[in-house]
Amino acid sequence: MVFTPEQEALIAAQERAAAERVAPRPALEAIWHALEAIPDPEIPVVSIVGLGIVRGVEWELADPSVLVVRVTPTYSGCPATELIMSAIREALAGVGVARLRLETRLAPAWTTDWIAPEARQKLRDYGIAPPGSGRPTGVDVAGISPLRRAAVTVPCPRCGSLNTTLVSQFGSTACKAQYRCADCLEPFDYFKPH
Amino acid sequence: MADDRLLFDYLLRLGDSPLVLAQRLGEWVGKGPIVEEDMALTNVGLDLIGQARLWLSYAGEVEARFAPAPRDEDQLAFLRDAGAFRNLLIVEQPNGNFADTIARQFLFDAWHLLALRGLSASRDSRIAEIAAKAAKEASYHVERSGDWIVRLGDGTEESHAKMQAALDGLWMYTGEMFAPDTTELALIDAGIACDLRLLAAPWRAHVDAWFAAATLKVPGEVWMQGGGGRGGKQGIHTEHLGRLLAEMQFLQRAYPGAQW
Repeated sequence: MVFTPEQEALIAAQERAAAERVAPRPALEAIWHALEAIPDPEIPVVSIVGLGIVRGVEWELADPSVLVVRVTPTYSGCPATELIMSAIREALAGVGVARLRLETRLAPAWTTDWIAPEARQKLRDYGIAPPGSGRPTGVDVAGISPLRRAAVTVPCPRCGSLNTTLVSQFGSTACKAQYRCADCLEPFDYFKPH
Repeated sequence: MADDRLLFDYLLRLGDSPLVLAQRLGEWVGKGPIVEEDMALTNVGLDLIGQARLWLSYAGEVEARFAPAPRDEDQLAFLRDAGAFRNLLIVEQPNGNFADTIARQFLFDAWHLLALRGLSASRDSRIAEIAAKAAKEASYHVERSGDWIVRLGDGTEESHAKMQAALDGLWMYTGEMFAPDTTELALIDAGIACDLRLLAAPWRAHVDAWFAAATLKVPGEVWMQGGGGRGGKQGIHTEHLGRLLAEMQFLQRAYPGAQW
């Protein structure tokens, strides 16, 4: 069959319109569900939602076919950030999000206060003392200089002993410090309050 | 509204110091005295790289307001020559021995945290946001470097001697940290920059307290390198920066635009 140039133009326009037609949008619940299934690359027992990295999900007002996901990085130099971004793209494409805009938000700055209670328990079960589990010690280092925080004792996530010592302020990642338990003799990570 | 050129210059100052110090800390990879310390040195470096990226990205956006060919964070980091770098002289000083590295870190960390806290009240909201984020990270840096000052200063005879020698050697580079030049004064007036003059007293109180705990002697009043408006912030550097950049920038110079 031969088409006139006018017909060809019409068909092409119709095909373009069909391609651009917005696919049915997945429900926000399904989107959150997909995000909750993304593990943190460095602490795979907790999800990026549980860690409080995903700050918001919404359809863009100006163009409701675009999903906006707001992400707040944990540490400025966290090497996992790019991996997390690509995991989000992949997971959301999987539930039918056709157009996605990832927004990095610096303020308010990420804080360990945003880590969900279930995620804290998962950290402990995994052998990482969760942030805020430290208790004040008798020594008030902050008294020496206002630039210092008060010293804390961190209970061992395995045996619960308070007989622990700080090995290094930085552990396997920037967000964790290394401790040693003098009772069960195991080393462990402490997720630093931030 | 302050001049964008001044703001650009100021953002380079904020970004270049953490960038250059991170490069120095990266030189320790695989050579730390113990594995925990090897990781701590590079973790601090990683924080600083992240902060440098935030500052230099913003610098690039500001440059776009007045320059026909603005640069992004990578171009600013990898394609500027030493004379265009605006970092503090102290951060480009070589690693030396472990005491030299810790002394450099200790003197910088305390200043850095104070400056970031000041900047988190900047009238420029982007600066305030980056500073608030970076200050959280810097507070851990302050703790670590202070602990090492005490451990080495109040350690063995040899570690004490090395720590004291390191601090004596670096002390003259601390002057420019607290001496604003015309760029900074203009931005302080505009409520954008942090007033460096206000940082001197709390910094000195921190240093004095920690030196006392470490049985170290605060170096006497000495002539300050770069304190008279001719130092790192104005692009007048020690011989060490050029060599540091030669290594840091080699790949982008040899293979322009290379990615992996």
